[in-house]
Amino acid sequence: MTARERVAGTVANYVDERTGAAKWMKKNLTKVFPDHWSFLLGEVALYSFVILLLSGTFLTFWYDPSQREVLYEGTYAPLNGLHMSAAYSSTLHISFEVRGGLLMRQIHHWAALIFMAAIVVHLMRVYFTGAFRKPREFNWIIGVGLLTLGIVEGFLGYSLPDDLLSGTGIRIAEAIIQALPVVGSYLAFFAFGGAFPGEAFIPRIFTVHVLLLPGIFLALITVHLMLVWYQKHTQWPGPGRTEKNVVGYPLMPAYMAKAGGFFFIVFGVTAFLGAVASINPIWLYGPYNPGQISAGSQPDWYMGWLDGLVRMSPPLESHFLGHTVSWNILIPGLIVPGILFTGMALYPFIESWITGDKREHHLLDRPRNVPNRTALGAMSLTFMLVALINGGNDIIATNFHLAINQVMWFSRIAIFVLPPIAFVVTKRICLSLQRADRELVLHGRETGRLLMLPHGEFVEVHEPISPELAWKLTAHEQAPALALEDVDARGVRRAGGLKNKLRKRISQANAESISKPTLNDLKEIEHH
Amino acid sequence: MKKLSKLRRSSFASPLLLVVALFAIGTTFSVASATDKTELTVDQRSAQVAEGKQIFLKGCSSCHGLNLEGSAIAPSLIGVGAASVDCQVRTGRMPVADLSQQIARKKPVYNAEQTAALAAYVASTAPGPAIPGESSLNYERDGNTAEGGTLFRTNCAMCHNFAGQGGALSQGKYAPTLMGVEPKYIYEALITGPQSMPVFSDKTITPAEKLSIIKWIKAAETEPQLGGAALGRVGPVTEGLLVWTLGLGLLIGVAVWLAAKAR
Amino acid sequence: MSNEIEAIKDPGLPAHVHRKADTDPVAEKRAERQVAILFLISALGTVLFIYSYYFIAEDVFVFFPVLGNTNAHQLFLGLGLAIALFFIGAAAIHWAKTLMPDEEVIAMRHTMRSEDEDRDALVVTVKERAGAAGLGRRSLIKRSMGLSLGLIGLSPLVLLRDLGPLPGNDLTKTSWMAGTRLVTDPGDRPIRPEDLEVGAVAQVLPKLRPDQARTLNDIGKDAVLLIRIRPEEFQLSAERLSWTYDGIIAFSKICSHMGCAVALYEQSTKHLLCPCHQSTFDVPRAAKVIFGPAARPLPQLAITVDAEGYLIAQKPFSEPVGPSFWERSS
Repeated sequence: MTARERVAGTVANYVDERTGAAKWMKKNLTKVFPDHWSFLLGEVALYSFVILLLSGTFLTFWYDPSQREVLYEGTYAPLNGLHMSAAYSSTLHISFEVRGGLLMRQIHHWAALIFMAAIVVHLMRVYFTGAFRKPREFNWIIGVGLLTLGIVEGFLGYSLPDDLLSGTGIRIAEAIIQALPVVGSYLAFFAFGGAFPGEAFIPRIFTVHVLLLPGIFLALITVHLMLVWYQKHTQWPGPGRTEKNVVGYPLMPAYMAKAGGFFFIVFGVTAFLGAVASINPIWLYGPYNPGQISAGSQPDWYMGWLDGLVRMSPPLESHFLGHTVSWNILIPGLIVPGILFTGMALYPFIESWITGDKREHHLLDRPRNVPNRTALGAMSLTFMLVALINGGNDIIATNFHLAINQVMWFSRIAIFVLPPIAFVVTKRICLSLQRADRELVLHGRETGRLLMLPHGEFVEVHEPISPELAWKLTAHEQAPALALEDVDARGVRRAGGLKNKLRKRISQANAESISKPTLNDLKEIEHH
Repeated sequence: MKKLSKLRRSSFASPLLLVVALFAIGTTFSVASATDKTELTVDQRSAQVAEGKQIFLKGCSSCHGLNLEGSAIAPSLIGVGAASVDCQVRTGRMPVADLSQQIARKKPVYNAEQTAALAAYVASTAPGPAIPGESSLNYERDGNTAEGGTLFRTNCAMCHNFAGQGGALSQGKYAPTLMGVEPKYIYEALITGPQSMPVFSDKTITPAEKLSIIKWIKAAETEPQLGGAALGRVGPVTEGLLVWTLGLGLLIGVAVWLAAKAR
Repeated sequence: MSNEIEAIKDPGLPAHVHRKADTDPVAEKRAERQVAILFLISALGTVLFIYSYYFIAEDVFVFFPVLGNTNAHQLFLGLGLAIALFFIGAAAIHWAKTLMPDEEVIAMRHTMRSEDEDRDALVVTVKERAGAAGLGRRSLIKRSMGLSLGLIGLSPLVLLRDLGPLPGNDLTKTSWMAGTRLVTDPGDRPIRPEDLEVGAVAQVLPKLRPDQARTLNDIGKDAVLLIRIRPEEFQLSAERLSWTYDGIIAFSKICSHMGCAVALYEQSTKHLLCPCHQSTFDVPRAAKVIFGPAARPLPQLAITVDAEGYLIAQKPFSEPVGPSFWERSS
């Protein structure tokens, strides 16, 4: 035994005698993780969260979450002598007088943007590959919860410096609260400690941003990861991979090194952005004043779609019996997003209702093999993209020499017209790709070599594909549509007829696919 | 003394006295409000006005009318003042090349001398804002940067953006960028209200306050990048674009490398 | 030949392909060297970081293409940190890829569903023990427990009452009263009609009493925009026309949509544009909404001049300013 082994042995013994750790460590250090680059997207979000905690803690050592008025006498000359809130002044102090302060502010904000982008890309990967199916529905719901909380947390975070741009965002948030029927003005006054802007809001959101939401995040992320750990990660179909196994690399050493290394990569890329790219230059925005506004005021990108929906809304307001309901705020700001996110959260259950599939799934779907799901995803993305683009319609208008009125009308029409088009186009593309796969399996790969047959005909030589590839292209299931009869075995009309009819229709549309080639098909071709 | 009293009683005395008085007042005034342009004599100025009239009739009257009364496609120039002409013509906006929603800045057609003539002519037809002299444009001395910032954010940022990068107006019009605009033209724009821009009267924004605004604009223009590449100084839109392109691009690139089998 | 449909078979895990470093000691040494170099680059990054922190002055600016004239302290501090972090990751990943075992391992999954006997045992246990607690049959306990738990749930709601005052009529009142002078923002100077040319705009606030300090709350409701056009260009009712003075008209600057400052005045079209959501208001028609999501025109402030010739408000706003709320009647 070497000296190192002796020391390690002593430590291990000490811990094991008190916790019984050896057994579960042995089990978990040899745990197998499948390896694919698309499985690293969630890790980008996870590591960004850690970076946010670290950089955020640094910032709290100097940030003053107070709206009391102070006189600025710091080093940034264009603001010298102005009155501003202590929050804004302390953020200036961090940016210009604390060494590394501006770097940390920028790393923190870039990490937040990357966090949200990674969540979205990770969500898309999980959605398009069907990793949300049983037994992972709860994890999907937790994920949607993390996305929603992330949007709120980011908004509160960039509102803390109390600058002109984020203050405008708070004004808009207050208007949404105020617009709620019956309770709106009360909730707004409770949230702001009185009229807008008041002096209570920033200190309160500081508590939410630094304590409450990070605590909830830590809990949700822990459950999210534990579920992945316990249920084991899904894997792509391929040679040797089945629903009953996991093929990959053990945690120790390869996976630990790669995943651990990837944390440093994410941190390094974020620090690089913080070094070379300016973000949230609050000294140029100026302190918040409700009588001031800048052209081109937008929220951060993950709220851009909300802004876009609000901008394109028709001017609808109802007045009755001495009361007002602002549909132009409630519909784009609360009702439509609420429907979208609820639908997103419940999607695993909606899909299993359509397919009638109640089995566990651990093999991922290739998106082309589930054309309806993929098309629905493309449709939702198109909707979000049109809304997002409209959120920046004035910046687009200025830079591309368009009129904001044109962009607005384009968005108002496109948000209804483009998503169905995206659905149809995506579904057709999926079916075509399935056809191409079938061709590849049945006829092999085109080699580009021409051969002249004895009777003069030219044919292209096809090379049969490897059994591994043939398996990969045909490993998927093609479940038939649900057979829901209107009448039962005794000829009696079933209850819930309309619901069943709808379910049957959707199930049939969902099952539309190009049938995958079988061994029989291959043998038939061989006999040509 | 007899000669002098004889002169005083001659019939030429009054008109001569009038000319002398006019000359004295005219030169005193132009000395008092002189720029570093060479002063013009009365004769030179009327020659300038005449030259301006010729340029106007040839290059401007087809839209602005023979008597500056305007037309369906161009506003009246009566009372717009020399400052208006100087601003529009020296930034090349006038004469307009492409009559669309917004008349854009381009290479000036008329040089400084011709513009001065045009300005003098337009000013001669009706009083209007004058071209500010050098001494009234000393923003370094007379302006306050911090105050200018507050004034800018209250009066200018809603059209020109918080950093003077410009912004969208309705129907394809826009407030242009203020970066690289000479202080004189900024001042002239403030007092004449060109195109969609309103007029900022000297009583509501005093000349000293106007100079503070210019001083702040110049400070913003010359401010180096304190945090890195500025990404256009238009806010979160370009920041989000960078994350989705460079940020995710780099990270996904590394992820693909990470999961690929080594040779 | 059978007639049943046979799916294409799974060929099983492909044979393991060895990496160069697995078999060739030269390649192995090279990979080791590469990992070491990557770690060393990271170390250099940390050195750059520490050096920048202490020895690069904070007012030095260096020119780089794309970045422009950028702050050297901030740039090199950040680059040092980025290099330090990134290359640790690169080294670890390269080490794992080239030198660490990369044989694919198979592990078996277990169905999530528990064994039937465990499930049955659980059902029996829960039934027995819940039955012993007796909640089902002891309805007195059930109801009183429900009452106490339900009531205690109200306590946090009660505690939060002092978060803020009730709105009262705060949303309907501003500082504008009959006779309040209009003063410039900033500057607090009173304004005469002749101070404004046709086509001029002014940012305006109410003149406060000498003992009053202006707060942001005040500005958030009191901010007013003063615009002068030619009197004949107005298309107003007689009443609204009487609220103007010689072509000068005053509107609340707080957008009726969501409260941003509507300060953007287009002199050529006489439109006001709110930059937040592009609501457009037509000044000659009392800020009537002509585009965008705003549902109401901006409230108009009735103005006139006082005995000394300064512009004053005739009376308070005739409707609440700012965004809508439930209690707003119009």
